[in-house]
This record gives sequence, C-alpha cells and structure tokens, in this order.
Amino acid sequence: MNNKMRTSFLAWPYALWVLICTIFPLFYILGYAITNDAGKLTFANLIVIADPVHLKSLWLSVQVAFITTVICLVMAYPVALILHNLKIRNKSFIVFLFILPMWMNFMLRILAWQNILSNNGILNNILSAVGLPTVHILYTKYAVILGMVYDFLPYMILPIYNALSKISDDVIEAASDLGANWWTTFTKVTLPLSKDGIISGIIMVFVPSLSSFVVSNLLGGGKVLLIGNVIEQEFTSARDWNTGSGLSIILMVFVLLSMGIMNKVDDSENGGMLL
Amino acid sequence: MKKKLISLICCLTLVILPAASFTGCKSDAQSDDTLIVLNYGKYIEADVLKQFEKDTGIKVKYEEYESVEDMYAKYKAGSINYDVICTSDYMIETLRNEGELIPIDYNSLEYYKNIDPEIIEASEAFDPNHKYTVPYFFGTVGILYNTKMVDEETVSSWNCLWDENYKNRVVMINSQRDAFMVPLKMKGYDINTRDKNELDEAFDMLCSQKGVAYAYLMDETYECMISEDAAMAVCYSGEAAMGMEYNENLAYTVPKEGGNLWIDSWFVPRTCKHYDAAMKWIDYMCQEDAATQNFEYVWYATPNLTVAQNEDEETLADETVFPTKETLERCDLFKAYDDETLDYTSELWKKLKAY
Repeated sequence: MNNKMRTSFLAWPYALWVLICTIFPLFYILGYAITNDAGKLTFANLIVIADPVHLKSLWLSVQVAFITTVICLVMAYPVALILHNLKIRNKSFIVFLFILPMWMNFMLRILAWQNILSNNGILNNILSAVGLPTVHILYTKYAVILGMVYDFLPYMILPIYNALSKISDDVIEAASDLGANWWTTFTKVTLPLSKDGIISGIIMVFVPSLSSFVVSNLLGGGKVLLIGNVIEQEFTSARDWNTGSGLSIILMVFVLLSMGIMNKVDDSENGGMLL
Repeated sequence: MKKKLISLICCLTLVILPAASFTGCKSDAQSDDTLIVLNYGKYIEADVLKQFEKDTGIKVKYEEYESVEDMYAKYKAGSINYDVICTSDYMIETLRNEGELIPIDYNSLEYYKNIDPEIIEASEAFDPNHKYTVPYFFGTVGILYNTKMVDEETVSSWNCLWDENYKNRVVMINSQRDAFMVPLKMKGYDINTRDKNELDEAFDMLCSQKGVAYAYLMDETYECMISEDAAMAVCYSGEAAMGMEYNENLAYTVPKEGGNLWIDSWFVPRTCKHYDAAMKWIDYMCQEDAATQNFEYVWYATPNLTVAQNEDEETLADETVFPTKETLERCDLFKAYDDETLDYTSELWKKLKAY
C-alpha cells in the first residue's frame, strides 16, 4: 500500500503535464471548433474542410507526408540494418552521430538548406562549376519534402535500429541452420521481427510531417500551402480562431485515422484476429 | 498497448502544441514606473530604449511582432495590457473603428512640433481630425532590382513582374494588401476597392504571376536580393535601402503606375494602464536625438523635421529613403476594409497561395 502510494506520487508531475499541456488545450480547441465567434454551437468550422482550397492543401499535405515517410523508410531501414550488423564495439557512437544533428536548432538547419538550395546557392555553384545546368529547387514542394526528410530521418532510424537490436543473434543463426539464405532470413525473420520499429518510425515521421508548417514556410517560400499553413494563417492573419481550431480537429482525425490503419496492419499481420 | 497509448499522446501533443502556443501568458504590471510597448521587429535602435529607461526611470517591457496581422492577433489575444503600440495606417483605422484607441494628449508632448505637418495631414486618411496618432516612420512599396540583371526601363512598370524572362527570379511580397495593390494599380483601380469584380481580376493576375514568382517573402527579401538569388523584388522602401547598403548593384523604384504610401504611427490602446508613461514614450520618440538614432538604424523615411538637419546631402537626396513629392503623388494610403471585403480578400489570398 505504502509502496503503491509512493509510486503513484511519482506519476503526478506527468499526469499534471498531460492535463495542462494535452487534455486542457484539446478541449479548448474543441470548444473553439464547435462554436462560432458569437459563442453559438455550430459545425460550420468542421465543414469548411470541404472548401476546395482546404481540400487541396490537405491533399498536398497527405502527399508530402506520404512521400516523406516512404523516402525516410527506404533510407532508414538499410542504415539501421548496416548499423546493427556493424562488427565494431562503439556502435552507440555511430548512433550518436545520427542524433547529433538533432542537437542543433531545427530552424538553423532548415535555414542552412535555404543557402544550399537557393538560385545562387552552394548546390547551384557546384553544378555550374562542373559545367552542369543549374536547378531550381528552393521554394518548390520538392524542397519542402527534402527538408522534412532531413529533419525526420532520425525518428525513423532510431526505432528501427532499436527493434533490430532486440532480435537475438540466435534467431538468425537458427534460420541459417535451417537452410535459409540471406534473403529468406531477411524477409521471414528480420523484417517481421522489426515491424514494430517500422510502424513507430512511420508514425513518428508521418504525423509531424502531416501537420508541419515551419518547413513549408521556410523552404516553400509561401508558394506551398500545406494544411498546417492554412491553420497557422487562420490563427494569425485571418484572425479566425474558430476555423483554425475546426481544421485542427479535422487534421487530428486524419492523424488518428492513419494511426488506426497502421495499428490494424500491425494486428492483422501478427495473425491475431482478436478484434 | 501502453506504448501505443504513449505514442498516441505524444502525437496528439505534436498536433496541438503549435496551436496551444497561441494562448500566450498572462502579465499584469500595475506599477507606474513600467511601460509595455509593442512595435514591429527591428524597428528601434536599442540604445534609444536604454537611454529612455535611464532618462525617465521608467522600466520598459518591449515586445515585437512581424506583420500587421500578427500585431492584431497579439493585441486581441488580450493577455497583455499594452500601453503604447506602433503599427500601420489601415490597422490603426480598423482599431479606431472598433473603439480600441484612446486620444493622445498633444499638449503634453513637448517635441510633437518636430513632426512634419504634411505627414500629419496625410495621416488624416486613417485618423480623421488627428486625435489618436503620432507618426513614427513612413515609406513606399516598390521594386528593388539588380541593375546587372534588369534595366531601369523594364522596372518602370509593374508589368515586369509577369515577365517570363525572369521566371523564378522575381520575389513577390508576402503580404495580402501589398500584393493585391500591384495588379489593382496596374489596372488603374483604387487600391482600396471593394468591387469584387476588380478584386477577382487582380486575383487572376496574381495567379498568373505565381508561375514567374520565385517566392513570397517579407523579412528575407533583402537577403535574397543581396545574395543575387533574385533579379527583382516587391518590397518596402526601408528593406530596399538596407539591401542597397550591402550590394551596390541594387536599386529601388516605384513604378509609374504608382504604389502604396504607408505611415506607421504610435497610438495608445484601450488596454493602457500607464498613460503618462506612454505620453513620455511618444514624446521621447519625437526628440531629435532619439529620432536621429532610430532613423540611422531603420532607414525608413522619418516624419521628424529635425532629423534632416543632421543628415548629409547624399542621404537626403536618396530617393529610396526619402520619396520625392512626385513619387508620393503616385502613391495611395491603404484604408481599412470592412468585414465582408476582409473575408473576401483573405479567401482570395488563400486561394492564391494554394493555386
């Protein structure tokens, strides 16, 4: 009893944090979302998502988030696999190298990309120095995707690497003993066992890239309007907190839906049709 | 399962956090020796602020914002009781219409006489009978261009912004009113038009311009021009003057169709708790020393007549900083939109960005 009291006491700061920073704002936003500026109940703020402009930017956001996630996955899995298979002692140091960029200010890193990609930037200077035609990337959606991939890649690598670390060498050895070649071992053993890592990686990348507006502000040059930018503008320049909140709620529904789908994939592939 | 729950909470927080940060924090300074000031970013010489505190013994809480819309959002959030604010003409008019302004006691201002009567007169457009405002800086919106890439003849008309030869080399201004001003001026319409057909026409023109535009920028415009990433940019005169300091190939002009003249002024909002201190602040800004220091920091045209005495001829002849009479005649002030037009243009602006 005494012990239990003590542990529940330790959970208090966390509970308080969740209450103040998650539950309370959530209800606050919900309150704005279902009322108009006169405080009357309305669903107009939720229905505005059907507006062609909003649908277009939501669709663009989904596209950008999807492409970002796929690129991150394709890049991160081999990296995590190589990291895991490295036969050196200081593996944690290599992992540390991947996290290192995250220690630098996020805005600073995105601003650095501006300098690299701009018309007169580092990339184009290199291209013209070796006689290649210059490219126009900055302030297009490709720059936004690049910025997001750069930013979110560690969030994909780490969970996959963690999942791979948990796979016992014995399992791999057993597979080889039973005659599986490298490819069969990978597809039948390694990949299924690292699925949890892949799924948390996908969620960790897809969700923030779906709602992000800073990357598209800085690398999209005001030409790439994601749903996150629409929400930001509703709160600032359009001075319409109700519509902004309504769209936030819609975005949250999308996030929950996509997570639901991921979890469904998770469950069904485990072979357990418990639901 | 627990893990999933935690990641769910984490994700929700990620979605909510940006929105939640708008709620801001509370502050209620009641003592008489403090003053809460709200001004544009990079719009005062830091030494002037320190000197004011030293001279008057008033402790200043200085806050900044980036765009007019941000200022309105910050003010309307109501969590901070601002004592004195500096912002642009049409936003002052909006706030005046909403009854948010407190009249200024001009008799208590010793240095108000330093302010150019012509600018005061022009201010009547947004402050009839001049009861609520004291001008701080003014300027124009025009084209900053690189003389190595564009000749003077080309930029004499706003048409050049649509020129396919400069595809991805043109920076458009990232501000709703200023961006719409360009096609409206080209068509010879009133920049304050409420006619939806005229606004639609301007919108269509801006949509076709988007194909040529490199980006829509505000504070980054001059960096972009200094590094010669772009050939021309629609921007404010002060931004242009700043860019020209760093790159001698840059020049600024207001095209023949004319542009926007803006006046930024100090006013006292209804939330003011330290009226006397606010008057001292405004008066201090009108003083010769402070005005000169501020001018030499921001490089916008100053309405303060005493500043001109301290500047050399080259500065005074600089048409980027001090627009000529002729240029000013081509420029109009923005008027506040009514709610319907504001909603309509916001919608068009959003459509343009998504286009």
